[in-house]
Amino acid sequence: MAVISRCLAVICLSLVAGMAVADEVREFGHPVMEQRYRELTASLRCPKCENQAIDDSNSPVSADMRDRVYALLQEGRSDREIQDFMVDRFGDYVLYNPRLEGRTYLLWGLPAVLVVVGAIVVLLIVRARRRASAQALSADERARLNELIDRERTE
Amino acid sequence: MKRRLLLSLPLVGFIGLAIFLYMGLSMDPFGRDSARLSDAFPSFELSTLDDPDRRVDESLFEGEVTLVNVWGEWCPTCKQEMPQLLDLADRGIRLVGINYKDTRDKGREFLDEFGNPFEVNIFDPEGDLGFELGVYGAPETFLVDADGIIRYHHTGYIKPEDVRDTILPEVEKWQ
Repeated sequence: MAVISRCLAVICLSLVAGMAVADEVREFGHPVMEQRYRELTASLRCPKCENQAIDDSNSPVSADMRDRVYALLQEGRSDREIQDFMVDRFGDYVLYNPRLEGRTYLLWGLPAVLVVVGAIVVLLIVRARRRASAQALSADERARLNELIDRERTE
Repeated sequence: MKRRLLLSLPLVGFIGLAIFLYMGLSMDPFGRDSARLSDAFPSFELSTLDDPDRRVDESLFEGEVTLVNVWGEWCPTCKQEMPQLLDLADRGIRLVGINYKDTRDKGREFLDEFGNPFEVNIFDPEGDLGFELGVYGAPETFLVDADGIIRYHHTGYIKPEDVRDTILPEVEKWQ
């Protein structure tokens, strides 16, 4: 019995914790709209918090941002327009995924470039080793080897 | 020799990366520039804290370099910051306040208690103007030039030494 009531308490507490942010009741005309709202609020970063999305943050500015996302969705704005709206005010900081543009080519491109450079280096090393083992004997060494083999045969 | 150099490349790369990341550790995440720098002050129409019937808009910033301070009675740091703002006002700099997410009564009480360095206070109870400015906490301070363009942004507390070291030079720069 004690176990059951403890379990119930834990369940209730976790429900309350989950509702801390979810106490805003929003009406979505369409499930797609709701899905877009969820995705947008999960991909926008709270400017006040160091690393929390606005759907997960109790900061007042996050609540304001959620209100704006909802209002802009109702106005029929696209996801891109809503992200632009937030970036205009709060900067690139609010995007969890930096956009691919002039300033971020290095950021997005560097990992790929490093993989390619690494592959080339490995390839060069393997090739050099292979060549080195094929040419392992110099002319003198080969002559000496032949000599030894010949001596073996004649004896 | 060439081979030695080649072999040391990964180490050099690692040290470079380590220095880069170490520098990141000591960066202030709130030191980032406002997205509104070089933008015109957003348009708005709000009443003033003193007078609910007086409407002000962005034309408030035409013609003179202005420091715009976002404050609220609920914000403890704003209280600490007031002596610095009063000092700036004494030096002849024009200050305009944005009373952010506050009530008229509390805002007025605050000014009675801590002094009023502001020529006028824009009353922004819903924080709409603050949102347009990209404000995510108070206090925040913007420098607006005589053409109404935002030129400088200070997040958080203005320390007494910040007045001399950063705020005054920025004001002079844009005057």
